[in-house]
Amino acid sequence: MSKKDIKLEAQALNAYYGDFHALKNINIAMEEKNVTAFIGPSGCGKSTFLRTFNRMNDYIDGFRVEGQILLDGNNIYQKDVQVDELRKQVGMVFQKPNPFPKSIFENVVYGLKIQGIKNKAVLAEAAEKSLRQAALWDEVKDNLNKSALALSGGQQQRLCIARALAISPTVLLMDEPASALDPISTAKIEELIYELKNHYTIVIVTHNMQQAGRVSDQTAFFYMGELVEYAKTKTMFTSPKDNRTQNYITGRFG
Amino acid sequence: MRVSEKIIEGLLWLSAVITILITIGIIWVLLSESISFFQVVSLSEFLTEKEWTPLFADKKFGIMPLVAGTLLTTAVAIAVALPIGLTIAIYLNEYAHARMKQIVKPLLEVLATIPTVVYGFFALTVVTPFLQQFIPGMAGFNALSAGIVMGIMIIPMISSLSEDAISAVPRSLREAAYGMGSTRLQTSFGVMVPAASSGIVVSVILAISRAVGETMIVAIAAGQQPRLTLNPLVPIETITTYIVQVSMGDVPRDSLEYKTIFAAGITLFVFTFALNNLSFWIKKKYQEKYD
Repeated sequence: MSKKDIKLEAQALNAYYGDFHALKNINIAMEEKNVTAFIGPSGCGKSTFLRTFNRMNDYIDGFRVEGQILLDGNNIYQKDVQVDELRKQVGMVFQKPNPFPKSIFENVVYGLKIQGIKNKAVLAEAAEKSLRQAALWDEVKDNLNKSALALSGGQQQRLCIARALAISPTVLLMDEPASALDPISTAKIEELIYELKNHYTIVIVTHNMQQAGRVSDQTAFFYMGELVEYAKTKTMFTSPKDNRTQNYITGRFG
Repeated sequence: MRVSEKIIEGLLWLSAVITILITIGIIWVLLSESISFFQVVSLSEFLTEKEWTPLFADKKFGIMPLVAGTLLTTAVAIAVALPIGLTIAIYLNEYAHARMKQIVKPLLEVLATIPTVVYGFFALTVVTPFLQQFIPGMAGFNALSAGIVMGIMIIPMISSLSEDAISAVPRSLREAAYGMGSTRLQTSFGVMVPAASSGIVVSVILAISRAVGETMIVAIAAGQQPRLTLNPLVPIETITTYIVQVSMGDVPRDSLEYKTIFAAGITLFVFTFALNNLSFWIKKKYQEKYD
């Protein structure tokens, strides 16, 4: 098997909330069309780290970053980078489903509309494609004008995934996407991630060790703002190198 | 229960009841006085007659000129306050830093603490002469200046309540918009404002209600000539101005002229009461529910 290209990379990354040193000298490289899971106890910095890849922390007062994040080899923290353009390449799915209080259709095509696409046929086609990719099409195809808020939690989350996919990103960041969902919805999301990795580079933050084991190719363990261990998921779960990793994945703390 | 507790509970109950009794009392006075007015002047004359001249020899009792004056000044005020107030609300929410917000918001509220009589003279002695340089035919008393200044007065009402409504929209929605590559402007107008629309509409309705009931500014700057017109450049009279005019004049008590102020008063009351209830209803019905 040929070695895949590096899609995302962090180099000597430090992040601070005011005086609090949230991420300490992180170095990591993630391959294209792979699923990488970030695990670690609450407050370890995994979500903060995930949000540096689409600069979602920019709006937090007192937050600052040192070092580099490379997307396809380009530093996204460079001055001339347009944040809104970056986020069209790096989509995000949040912990709690957060559809807009609009119809299902309007939710899916939101990203296209703000890019100025008005052609109804184009929008309808994109909506169907994204909803199919997110395994939601069959459930909602007859109710596209229904309010998105009327969907179940699991459906809402798949709608949010469809919404993110509609603008054809190359990277998909998922911040504990199934933590607010029931087991059946969770299973659907996990299946979906498995499908999506054929087309997208996926980074997923999860609290759920089994989930990390099921969906990811690589796993990174964070502890107190440090990247403790980064390895193939199978390797990490069977023979972790670091004591702290071992303690965490065997449930001794966290 | 201890005696002191009982006394305190009684006092609390009493203050609540007194408030309700006073409200009922006011409505009672308004109603009873206007009923005796409507025994002389028919309701249809009151609503359809196009002139309001109760103080002249040739008495006509059509409320419409006063209603038109009130709506005209109110419309001008909202036309000023809504765009500015909403812009400020969006600015404070999406663009301003936390520190900026802490400074600007209290400063804005100062606008609401300026006595309305000061606003009135500001309209009459500053705004009108200024506007007359551009609009030659403009009268010294007019609805435009009064409306503009009234709009300035209610800016903080709209900006403050709208800002509250926008900041009540869950942060997750803003993040969703940003996460999709929205600019700040797209996030504000495409997501935040629609999601907060019920609260914004309520703020506007309350502002309208405030403008309809506003007295000093229009009494000083808009004139005292009941006129059925939508021209903002000529003197008009609002319902509130008329009530002031008659209350301060030497109209004999219990005369029909005297009773006209209660008829005008109940008209005003119907307007503000309806508006306040409408805002309450919209708030209840259309407020977006985010768990």
